[in-house]
Amino acid sequence: MMDKFNTLSGIAAPMPLINIDTDMIIPKQFLKTIKRSGLGVNLFDEMRYDDDGQEIPDFVLNKTAYRNAEIIVGGDNFGCGSSREHAPWALLDFGIRCVISTSFADIFYGNCFKNGILPIVLPKEQVDQLMEDAERGENARISVDLEAQTVTSSDGTEFRFEVDPFKKQCMLNGLDDISLTMEKSAAIDTFEADYQARMPWS
Amino acid sequence: MTAPKTLYDKIWDAHVAHQDDDGTCLLYIDRHLVHEVTSPQAFEGLRLAGRKVRAPGKTIAVPDHNVPTTLDRAKGIENEESRIQVEALDKNAREFGVVYYPVDDIRQGIVHIVGPEQGWTLPGMTVVCGDSHTATHGAFGALAHGIGTSEVEHVLATQTLIQKKSKNMRVEITGQLQPGVTAKDITMAVIGTTGTAGGTGHVIEYCGEAIAALSMEGRMTVCNMAIEGGARAGIIAPDDKTFAYVMGRPHAPKGAAWEMALAYWKTLFTDDGATFDQVITLKGEDIAPVVTWGTSPEDVLPITSTVPAPSDFSGGKVAAVERALDYMGLTPGMKLTDVAIDTVFIGSCTNGRIEDLRAAAKVLKGRKIKEGMRAMIVPGSGLVRAQAEEEGLDVIFTDAGFEWRLAGCSMCLAMNPDQLQPGERCAATSNRNFEGRQGRGGRTHLLSPAMAAAAAITGHLTDIRDFEGDA
Repeated sequence: MMDKFNTLSGIAAPMPLINIDTDMIIPKQFLKTIKRSGLGVNLFDEMRYDDDGQEIPDFVLNKTAYRNAEIIVGGDNFGCGSSREHAPWALLDFGIRCVISTSFADIFYGNCFKNGILPIVLPKEQVDQLMEDAERGENARISVDLEAQTVTSSDGTEFRFEVDPFKKQCMLNGLDDISLTMEKSAAIDTFEADYQARMPWS
Repeated sequence: MTAPKTLYDKIWDAHVAHQDDDGTCLLYIDRHLVHEVTSPQAFEGLRLAGRKVRAPGKTIAVPDHNVPTTLDRAKGIENEESRIQVEALDKNAREFGVVYYPVDDIRQGIVHIVGPEQGWTLPGMTVVCGDSHTATHGAFGALAHGIGTSEVEHVLATQTLIQKKSKNMRVEITGQLQPGVTAKDITMAVIGTTGTAGGTGHVIEYCGEAIAALSMEGRMTVCNMAIEGGARAGIIAPDDKTFAYVMGRPHAPKGAAWEMALAYWKTLFTDDGATFDQVITLKGEDIAPVVTWGTSPEDVLPITSTVPAPSDFSGGKVAAVERALDYMGLTPGMKLTDVAIDTVFIGSCTNGRIEDLRAAAKVLKGRKIKEGMRAMIVPGSGLVRAQAEEEGLDVIFTDAGFEWRLAGCSMCLAMNPDQLQPGERCAATSNRNFEGRQGRGGRTHLLSPAMAAAAAITGHLTDIRDFEGDA
């Protein structure tokens, strides 16, 4: 069951690199698990650790200020690449509950909502402003209010974001969408019977 | 008179099982393909909730990502986690009663090659899989896209997906391709034009004379990489080539059902006057054989080019290119044909079909790979492998010095033992050149099967046009 998401106030880590792909977020050697949990330690593994498994000090999430980050302010086209839901699982397991960018890859964007991570799309100037804010370290806490659809920077500047109403309700209430769909199983039954009659080969 | 529709509109409309006032739909799913990496948590979710697979006959499972491709794979999978994942698929497939091709079945292979090969993928269908390269199936005029594991569980339980409609994008390739230019070059050239986010939120319909001229294998290559351009799906209207490919496949309709299906399939095209939210047109004649030089599929250039400099770009791409050049160990101004290669991988859901193997064999026939080169050909399925052997291609490959492997995803994403070591540089016919994709520190150049074969012989990236001239 997904955790509810309403408001969040936390440290934001700046990751201005564009096209941060799912292979960066969680490399394939960690996809061999049959569980959803425990992936946080390998989040951004190849950027975060050297060949000997030691932390690379320059990597943002290894810096003291950002070790407890709950938000990532990311570059354009965040989450491009594969459909692996291990990417949001790893982010969540690390403690990230919100990613802010100018754009997200479709599948990653959808996968975030299924796991209680809020992906927020904002115009470039606003993301740039939040990126600057995030670069100020742990004193710069960014706040997110899903109900009100606002992001507030540490100096109190408020930005409004758009979110699909259905996805918003699911996030706010921690709803399991399979249960929601199964409430409509009569409609699916009716459709399926008619469809099979029209397209018996399908 | 109804409003003109795109092909995507037609398939979408035919599958809406329920629509909410806000436009959120339940889209009915015709085929659900399943592999071992993105499904165990979904089956476990069903089990915990006491749910069944709603349509096991429309659910097709095959292990591909983790399976060894060496000839001794019958002895089992050495890596414990990989073995557990493949065993979990075996257990889940049998317990939930879905269609299943186990690792020792000749029909086993990469899920996106097996689906079309077995006739599971048919025009007008909705096809999903927990794998972004599901876009491949769009070559048949099917609406096909990748989904996450939560959605895999949703489809297993309900045979539907919660969806909102994407936008329509048309990519037209006019005219004819020049010699040496392939479907791979088309799809990479498109991404080079649109960027990796250019298709975000859209379904791309590929059309035009150069697309119509492609074989079904070529069309699958084009649609396969729609996701690398950010599109949800790529789609090509079915035509006589499509119908000829599908006819007689094990799960294609037969007899009266075939006639009925065919009559419907012939209605699957974009109506005159239908509108697209975005249109891109490339001239087939302008497309050159291309390779990637960086760590994003949009880092595409004609093979005749030189490595670009960060200053050739603007915005966030400048830093990304600096990082990519450092990772790739390349210097601006260097000719791409001077880039030395130590590994060649021919295979994957992008280029692991029989036509791809034939293209490689044409280049390799009577030649030897460069000394010290590690080169492997991994067929997309057991049946592709068998077909290649029937045509004698395997002898050409092994005589040239290539390893001739069993079917699987292999070095495309290196979840099995086929991996690059840090600093190794690979000419690959796969679909992603991301950092670490083929192994930590490994460097990937994406290209067509013929270009990969040529690189294996010369030891560097090679313009296939120079090569075929003296072939």
